[in-house]
Amino acid sequence: MQDVKIISTASYNPPCVVTNDQLTTLMDTSDEWIKSRTGISRRHISQGENTADLAVKVGKQLLINTNISPSQVDLIIIATMSPDAYTPSTAAIVQGRLGMANAVAFDISAACTGFVYAFNTAELLLKSTAWQTAIVIGAEVLSKLVDWHDRNTAVLFGDGAGGVLLKKVTTTVPLTLGRHWQTYGQLGDKIVAGQTKPGDHFPKELTALSPFTMAGREVYRFATHEVPASIEQAARVAQINLDAVDHFILHQANVRIIKQIAKRLKQPLTKFPVNITEYGNTAAASEPILLAECVRKGIVKRGEIIALSGFGGGLSTGTTIIKY
Amino acid sequence: MTKEEIFDTVKNITVDELDVDADKVTMDAKIKDDLDADSLDVFEIMNELEDKFDIELDADEGIQTVGDVVDFVQKQLDEK
Repeated sequence: MQDVKIISTASYNPPCVVTNDQLTTLMDTSDEWIKSRTGISRRHISQGENTADLAVKVGKQLLINTNISPSQVDLIIIATMSPDAYTPSTAAIVQGRLGMANAVAFDISAACTGFVYAFNTAELLLKSTAWQTAIVIGAEVLSKLVDWHDRNTAVLFGDGAGGVLLKKVTTTVPLTLGRHWQTYGQLGDKIVAGQTKPGDHFPKELTALSPFTMAGREVYRFATHEVPASIEQAARVAQINLDAVDHFILHQANVRIIKQIAKRLKQPLTKFPVNITEYGNTAAASEPILLAECVRKGIVKRGEIIALSGFGGGLSTGTTIIKY
Repeated sequence: MTKEEIFDTVKNITVDELDVDADKVTMDAKIKDDLDADSLDVFEIMNELEDKFDIELDADEGIQTVGDVVDFVQKQLDEK
């Protein structure tokens, strides 16, 4: 049968590292406070590079890794909540910069769930069209949206990008074994960033986008309940027991949330790789960055079963269980 | 449900979540100061109580002691 395979993975984080101690000069916080509540020690912050710049680096790496020419790419989807602009889409910028003249390009906006939605969208489009090759990237410069004096949110976020190159192949094993997506729009106000406001007079001057706000308790409750539920539902669709999952590549929101999800799923923490210590929360970029790292380090191997699960703004959840 | 029954449940969950000695979990014990919990520990205790009693504990403002938690749960149960 015809299905889709992950041919290559890649990631890029900007070189500038901001430690917890550096943040103590901007706000009333401490390294111990941040580490114990979030698991974060450092984050990489862009200095001059925008979201498309990070994505271009990942896209270029994917093409080099696979020896595929830009003109062979049929589709590029970028998941981001921090696009360069409302228009053009970040994907269109990357398409142009990498010379992928034959690729259709668009962004998906689903915050920290965005990568799973983009990944499944690309996979399903490849399966249902004549297209052969797709690039899916999660890319964020969240530092554009952070109020660096709000200690409740500023300590959490970082910048980066990660992605995969997907190709249609003849195989006996499907890539996705089961998936589950859900949106909780009634909880939309629990995570907000980049809000715009219509004018109440004419002519209205341009206003800045609003920074991140988050309702901590509600978001914690949401993540610790709905993410295990999403993973369990995807496993049910896949008709597998969770014990058969080799690695849970979760959105890197908070190490304490990941620990609670592992506990609720009754799965050992060793199956939940984390890199939030180094990068903080990079929204849609966090899962592909982690996946690329795990592949690079040999933690994730061919033939293993991986649950990729994103959750966050929307609010939303998305899980796809794949055979890598 | 009696206050004692609620306290027993709160105590069991607190001991489990915070990994503290059961003797330390008294009605007067301050959750953050005496039991060394942080805000996320409190979130998790509330999560467990919500699941156990099928109630919603929306805010944690004003909760200082284990007794405050017991009262909060009792109030929500009464309103159910």
